[in-house]
Amino acid sequence: MPQAGSSTKSVSISSDAPVAARRLRWNPWLIVSGAVALGVAAPILALVAIASAGSEGLWSHLTGSVLPVAIRDTLILLFGVGLLTALIGTGTAWLVAAHDFPGRRAFDWALLLPLAVPTYIIAYAYLDVLHPVGPVQTALRALLGIDSPRDFRLPDIRSMGGCIFVLGFVLYPYVYLTTRAMFLMQSANLIDVARTLGAGRRGVFLRVALPLARPAVAIGVSLALLETLNDIGAAEFLGVRTLTVSVYTTWVTRSDLPGAAQIAIAMLVVVVLVVLLERWARRQRRYANDAQHPRPLRRHRLRGGKGIAAAFACALPVLVGFVVPAWYLVDQTIARVRFAGISRAIPAEVLNTVTLSAVATLLTIVAALVVVYAVRLGRGPGPRVLARAASLGYAVPGTVLAIGLLPVITGIEGVVDTVSTSVFGVSTGLFLLGSGAAVVYAYVARFLAISAGSLEAGFSRVSPSIDAAARTLGAGAGRTLFRVHVPMLRPALATGALLVFVDCMKELPATLLLRPLGFETLATHLYGEAIRGTYEEAAIAALLIVAVGLVPVLILVRLGVRGEAEAGMTVSARVPADRSESRERVRLQDS
Amino acid sequence: MHNNKLRNGRGALAASVLVGIAGVAADAYADVNLYTTREPGLIQPLLDAFTKETGIKVNSIFVRDGLAERVAAEGRRSPADVLMTVDFGNLIDLVEKGLTQPIQSDVLNAAVPEHLRGKDGHWYALSMRARVVYVAKDLDIDSIHYEQLGDAEWRDKLCIRSGQHPYNTAMIAAHIVHHGEDATREWLRGMKENLARAATGGDRDVARDIMGGICDIGVGNSYYVGLMRSGSGGPEQQKWGEAIKVILPTFEGGGTHVNISGAAIARYSPNKDDAVRLLEYLVSDDAQKLYAEANYEYPVKQGAEVDPIIAALGELEVDPTPLTDIARNRDAASRLVDEVGFDQ
Repeated sequence: MPQAGSSTKSVSISSDAPVAARRLRWNPWLIVSGAVALGVAAPILALVAIASAGSEGLWSHLTGSVLPVAIRDTLILLFGVGLLTALIGTGTAWLVAAHDFPGRRAFDWALLLPLAVPTYIIAYAYLDVLHPVGPVQTALRALLGIDSPRDFRLPDIRSMGGCIFVLGFVLYPYVYLTTRAMFLMQSANLIDVARTLGAGRRGVFLRVALPLARPAVAIGVSLALLETLNDIGAAEFLGVRTLTVSVYTTWVTRSDLPGAAQIAIAMLVVVVLVVLLERWARRQRRYANDAQHPRPLRRHRLRGGKGIAAAFACALPVLVGFVVPAWYLVDQTIARVRFAGISRAIPAEVLNTVTLSAVATLLTIVAALVVVYAVRLGRGPGPRVLARAASLGYAVPGTVLAIGLLPVITGIEGVVDTVSTSVFGVSTGLFLLGSGAAVVYAYVARFLAISAGSLEAGFSRVSPSIDAAARTLGAGAGRTLFRVHVPMLRPALATGALLVFVDCMKELPATLLLRPLGFETLATHLYGEAIRGTYEEAAIAALLIVAVGLVPVLILVRLGVRGEAEAGMTVSARVPADRSESRERVRLQDS
Repeated sequence: MHNNKLRNGRGALAASVLVGIAGVAADAYADVNLYTTREPGLIQPLLDAFTKETGIKVNSIFVRDGLAERVAAEGRRSPADVLMTVDFGNLIDLVEKGLTQPIQSDVLNAAVPEHLRGKDGHWYALSMRARVVYVAKDLDIDSIHYEQLGDAEWRDKLCIRSGQHPYNTAMIAAHIVHHGEDATREWLRGMKENLARAATGGDRDVARDIMGGICDIGVGNSYYVGLMRSGSGGPEQQKWGEAIKVILPTFEGGGTHVNISGAAIARYSPNKDDAVRLLEYLVSDDAQKLYAEANYEYPVKQGAEVDPIIAALGELEVDPTPLTDIARNRDAASRLVDEVGFDQ
């Protein structure tokens, strides 16, 4: 294994901190990073305070009749969705990254489309489409010559299987996105070496490409699983009672907020442990490639039947995760517009949705950049702990996070109001809840993990020797970040920003609870209609969410395709002899 | 010098930002501010009519869960004037958390019967809905007791939404008041056995599932029948509404279980007078008629007429169990639902 061998001999710069940064103990980066972490952790601390109020008899009730089944069902759901997203995401990513077949260029971006479809919408859509009185079964009965649905029905989608199915097919793009990027960045040299050593194409995939892509798969799957764990819309609608639904029931039906907070915190602890375990498991490995002249992967051409099979395999997730629900929404929208016209509030709602999401995305990206860069600059565990704390918001269900945010937000408002009244004689009232800033705060706290993850991955591909060079030439930490890193991180920044934007647009519970009076977004409008059972009216808002969500997905595609190629070239061109001193290293013999 | 200037500049900037913010905040304080768990589409026609009649604008925010938490967190600064919910359990919760204030209104007291309002004027019901039974059209059945929903006769034939939904926990709590917890547990076990599909979705799904042959019998609210059959939800839903027969069930030795939509005045209401006017308007003849005609609910005001579609369901005989008794058993009902694994 020549690669592994050569890297051990390479010049060793400490992987954690560029030399120049070591002197700075209390640098501003660390302070800002601390502030961000505190901002995200504040609602969780508030939840801990709420939970400590105690809840009489809750746990005996839970362990007796709720937890055994809720934990089992949650695990089955997570396992099912994890497996499905990993299979679809990794499989299609390997197909489009390493092969050529009819339609490959189109599938390259089309596979991302389901990202634009919120889970609660796809659940509604499939219940309608697959219902005994819906189009599919009606046509099937006509075909078979059966009159009554009582005589012949397909299995009900309101089940565990149905839930895994719909979640898997809208969440796989998280895995596809991260894994595809990893496959594209893998140097052809490694593949060639493996081939020279006698590995077949399957062997290359299973023993070289896949192990190297493991962090990407892990990041993608963990994003998908956190979405699943915190999903309330689809799971509840399809009758799957996860732990999150238990949290919800305890709070809403039994008015036991401390109890709900206790369950939520217990779940958070488990999630954090699992994430730490996964990181620990790949602690010593390194995934940046060591090749001196990385060459892009040569695509293997699939001909005839194999090519058609590959095209079919890529078409299926796009059809199920996007085309069918989108077609359904268009159909329902047309029916509704004919029946009742379009609500006049819609343009304002689109504007509200886009404005809130855009502001939140910008803030999230800046915050994530600071937090992740502080990790790169800092020494010791401090910045790393802060970065973890700043990512906690994603591991808590949106509703619960919003409840934790309420006392934090009104606390800030109280302090500002008091100061402003005494100093300027002007009352500021509820300026955060009243202006939409509270919603933005919630988005940043909740989705910081997504952009931080994307940036972390991006930074890990930039050799610390580049920092060292910039600093030696006299640039400060800030200048190095903006002049050197930001240009190189453009693809990672774009990926992070667009994922956050799409997630903000789809976010429902925090938006619903924290928005100002008389202020609607597409998601809250949709929810208001859906709860009344007027799905058709809701279809317009749903279609717009998907349509607006498509814009960033398409931008992502364009930037993604160009950006990766550029990023690869930039790094290799500027640092031709780069030994890629990244934190983790792969030993090929390990796999 | 330079420094001073800068500081002054900053001060002015800060002040103008604060004034701007205060402007935004003050704007939200004018008129009447309504916090509601009621679906906005259902309530908007009533609010529009109120504004037309009085010239008072109503700003509303629809919050499903966490209404109480938000109002509590806002505290004295809260712009909330009127708090409106669609389940009396949630309404009584608001009162118990100290988020409401009592009002004296002869208009309200005259319009709303005593058992449909709180003591000391802390809350008022505005409309009623009955928890009824939907059955397949071809079934030969004209009356049923709630208790019979657990009978083995309906094995694998029952459709109902989540047992944890407030509409169902209220119904189950009423069963507890009638028969005690043990009998209710057995009843729920029976219903659980009878489920034809997961206990989830909404009440309209019950009608559609009956049409789709998934089940023969189900439980849903009365106004959905009006919304479906009138065609106001579109032609699809009209078919669902026509596919079912509706029975007003009763508890053995009692009547039909009803829930309410209602409202209270927020404790720190900044526009209390106008807020009371809004409540008074909502029990006026005009508004009660709108509740009946647009939402297919039962008006609370005596003498106000129900919509013909709802009248055709039969004579409503309201179960005499006091709403406060039912509210007290809500927690026990929710725990029983968990115990028998109703939703699992």
